[in-house]
Amino acid sequence: MWKLYFFYGKNIKHTLLFQTSFVHVLIHDSVGMNGRGKAPFSSCRPKVCIVGSGPAGFYTAQHLIKARPDVDVDIYERLPVPFGLVRFGVAPDHPEVKNVINTFTQTAKHTCCSFYGNVTVGKDVSVGELQQAYHAVVLSYGAEGNRSMGVPGEDLAGVYSAKDFVGWYNGLPSCQELSPDLSCETAVILGQGNVALDVARILLSPIDILKKTDITQPALEALAESHVRRVLIVGRRGPVQIACTIKELREMVNLPDTRPEMVAADFEGVKDAVKDLPRPRKRLTELMLKTAMEIPGEKEQERRNNASRVWSFRFFRSPIEIMADPDNKRTAGIRLAVNKLEGSGDGARAVLTGEVEDVSCGLVISSIGYKSLPIDPSVPFDSSKAIVPNSMGRVQQAAGLYCSGWLKTGPTGVIATTMNNSFDTARSLVEDMDSGTLDISAAKPGSQSISGLLEKRGVKPVIFSDWEKIDSVEMSRGEAAGKPREKLLTVEEMLGH
Amino acid sequence: MALVAALRRLAHVKLRDYSPRMAAVTSSVWLTGQRSFTSRTQCLRSDNKVTVNFINRDGEKITVKGSPGDSLLDIVINEDLDFDGFGACEGTLACSTCHLIFDEDVYKNLGPVTDEEMDMLDLAYGLTDTSRLGCQICLTKSMEGMVARVPESVADIRQSKDGSS
Ligand SMILES: Cc1cc2nc3c(=O)[nH]c(=O)nc-3n(C[C@H](O)[C@H](O)[C@H](O)COP(=O)(O)OP(=O)(O)OC[C@H]3O[C@@H](n4cnc5c(N)ncnc54)[C@H](O)[C@@H]3O)c2cc1C
Ligand SMILES: NC(=O)c1ccc[n+]([C@@H]2O[C@H](COP(=O)([O-])OP(=O)(O)OC[C@H]3O[C@@H](n4cnc5c(N)ncnc54)[C@H](OP(=O)(O)O)[C@@H]3O)[C@@H](O)[C@H]2O)c1
Ligand code: FES
Repeated sequence: MWKLYFFYGKNIKHTLLFQTSFVHVLIHDSVGMNGRGKAPFSSCRPKVCIVGSGPAGFYTAQHLIKARPDVDVDIYERLPVPFGLVRFGVAPDHPEVKNVINTFTQTAKHTCCSFYGNVTVGKDVSVGELQQAYHAVVLSYGAEGNRSMGVPGEDLAGVYSAKDFVGWYNGLPSCQELSPDLSCETAVILGQGNVALDVARILLSPIDILKKTDITQPALEALAESHVRRVLIVGRRGPVQIACTIKELREMVNLPDTRPEMVAADFEGVKDAVKDLPRPRKRLTELMLKTAMEIPGEKEQERRNNASRVWSFRFFRSPIEIMADPDNKRTAGIRLAVNKLEGSGDGARAVLTGEVEDVSCGLVISSIGYKSLPIDPSVPFDSSKAIVPNSMGRVQQAAGLYCSGWLKTGPTGVIATTMNNSFDTARSLVEDMDSGTLDISAAKPGSQSISGLLEKRGVKPVIFSDWEKIDSVEMSRGEAAGKPREKLLTVEEMLGH
Repeated sequence: MALVAALRRLAHVKLRDYSPRMAAVTSSVWLTGQRSFTSRTQCLRSDNKVTVNFINRDGEKITVKGSPGDSLLDIVINEDLDFDGFGACEGTLACSTCHLIFDEDVYKNLGPVTDEEMDMLDLAYGLTDTSRLGCQICLTKSMEGMVARVPESVADIRQSKDGSS
C-alpha cells in the first residue's frame, strides 16, 4: 500500500488517505514498545525533523502531517518536557490559553510523529548531523535570550530580566535559582508589552488567586511573603504606542485589591487622537483614558480606596542607569531619561529631552523583549535582527533547512500568530517536496541514525509516553495541593519519572 | 491488532467526550472514530436542526446543520469541518482563531457582544465591522440559513496581495 501510494504521488493522496493511514496504524501497533518502533517501510518515507516543541514546532508538524500523510516527523526538544512557552511563558492565571496543549498532544500521538525530549540541538547533535539523517530540518527553537538595556547597574542584585522572572514562576529548570528578592515596596518594570503586564499582574495578584493556578510552590511562597505594593510599568514612548493588548490591560484594571495611578499629563492630546485610530488601538486607548482620566463611579471609587496595592503606567521614559544603595550591593533606584516623541502613530520615535527623573525602587524587571540566539555555526543567522534569514520559512542559502515561529519572525506575536507563520513554513516545505525542489527520492535513516549517535554520546531521549508519565505525576501532585498541576522543577526530577 | 486499533478509536471518542470543544485541527486519521460517534448523536437530535453555511478559506460553501444552543465552534467540531487552526483555545475566549465574518443583516441578529469578546476580536486578522468569534455565538432557530465566512489567514492575505501586484 505504501509503495503504491508513493509512486502515484500527490494526485491520489486524498483518495488513499484513509486506507494508508489505517494501514500505518496497524503496522505501527505491531512494532516496538510505546508505538515507537519504526514501521518496516519507514525507510522510504520522507523524513522531516523539527527542532523545538513550542507552538511553532507543533503547528508546523500538524500541518505537515495533514498535507503529506506519507511524511515522518520527529520533534527534538532541549527539555524533557514539551510545549515551550505554553508551559514556561504563558501566565499561570491564563489556563485557557494552554488548551492548545490538547491539540499538540494529538499531533504528538499521531502515528507519523515522534517526540524526543532532553536533546539539545547544537550540543548533543549538530544541525549538520540532522540534515544528514533527514530530508528536511525545520528550526523552531524560539527565542531563548533577551534584549538587554545596556545601562550601568544592570548587573546589580534586584535587577532581573522578565524572561528569567517568568521562567522562575513558571518552573523553567534553569531559572529556579533566581529566588528574586521581593522585600522592597516599589518595583519598576521596563517595557509595556504583554509580558510586562503578566509580570505586573503576578507581582500584584492576591495570593488566593495565584494559589489555584499552576504557579510553582517556591514562587507562590515567595509571592505570599512579598512586600511589593507598587508596580510602575515604564515605556519609552506614549499611550498611543503602548505594546500591550486590551485583554491584558482590562485584567489590570479589574485586578482585585489594586488601583491604577496614572499621570494625567501623559495623556495630553490623546483624546483628540483617538478618533482616527484603527479599532483595536482605539479601544485600547479609550480604556486607558477611562482608567486614567475619568472620575470613577461610587462603587469603583470605593474599590480603589480600599485597594492595598498600586499599579501605574509611566510613559516617555527610558532607563539610563540603575542606582545602587550606599553599600553598592543592591538596587536602590533607577534613573530615567525623559523623552519626547518625534513623529506620530506606531512609527513615532522617542528622543531624549535631556531631563532626567530618579525613581526609588528595590526591584527592576527588564521586559523589553526576548531574543533568538544562534545554536549552530552552520546555520545562517542575522544578528542584527536576531532571526534566521528566510523567505516564507525557507532558510536563505541553505537547501533543506526551514524555520518557523519566533526564530523566523522575531519574538513578537501571540500563539495564533505563531500558528499562522508555522502553517506557512509547512506549506513552503510541502510545496518544495511536491515540486521536487527538495529531493526526497533517496531514503534517509531519520531517527534511527540519530538515536545511535545520541546513545554513543550518553544522551537518553525522553519520548512522549515518558512525558505523559511526568504529566500525570504533576497533575496528581497538583491535585493534592488544590492546583491544576505542580510542576517538577529540575531536569533530574523530570528524568527520574 | 484490529482490537488495538478499535480500542484506540474508542479512546479518541472518549477523549472527545470529555473535551467537546477540542480544536478543529485534527486530521482524518484521528477522526475516523469520531465520525460515527457524532452521527449517532445527530440522529437522536435531528428534529429541530438549524442550517448554517460556512464559506471556507478557498471560497467554498459548506452547508451543515447544528442544534439550537450549539456554538458555531461546536458545529465546526461536530461536523469535522477542516478549517486549519480554528478554535485553538477550545472556546474559552483566549485566542481569536474562531473569527468569522457575517453579512450585516446576519450580524445584527447574532446577539450582543461582550467587551471580552471585542477584546479578543481586536487581535483577529482581517477584522471587520461584522466580525464575531464563532465560539461566542449560540445557534438559535432565527439563524436558519445564515452564512459565516472564515477569513483568510495572514499568509493568504499576503499571497493574494503578491499575486495581484
Ligand atoms: C512570558 C510570555 C507569555 C506569553 N503569553 C501568551 C499568551 O497568554 N497568549 C498567547 O497567545 N501568546 C503568549 N505568548 C506568546 C507565545 O508564547 C509565542 O507566540 C510562542 O510560544 C512562540 O512559539 P515558538 O515555538 O516559536 O517558541 P517557544 O514556545 O519558545 O518554543 C521553542 C522551543 O524550542 C526549544 N529549544 C530551544 N533551544 C533548543 C535546542 N537547541 N534544541 C532543541 N530544542 C530547543 C525550547 O525549549 C522550546 O520548547 C507569550 C510569550 C511569553 C514570552
Ligand atoms: N496574554 C498574551 O496574549 C501575551 C502574554 C505575553 C506575551 N504575549 C506576546 O508575546 C510577544 C512578546 O511580548 P513582549 O512583551 O516581550 O514584547 P513586546 O510586546 O514587543 O513589548 C516590548 C516592550 O519593550 C519596549 N522596548 C523594546 N526595546 C526597548 C528599549 N531598547 N528600550 C526601552 N524599551 C524598549 C517596547 O517599546 P517600544 O514599543 O517603544 O519598542 C515595548 O513596550 C508579544 O507579541 C505579546 O503580545 C502575549
Ligand atoms: S476558540 Fe479561542 S476565542 Fe473562540
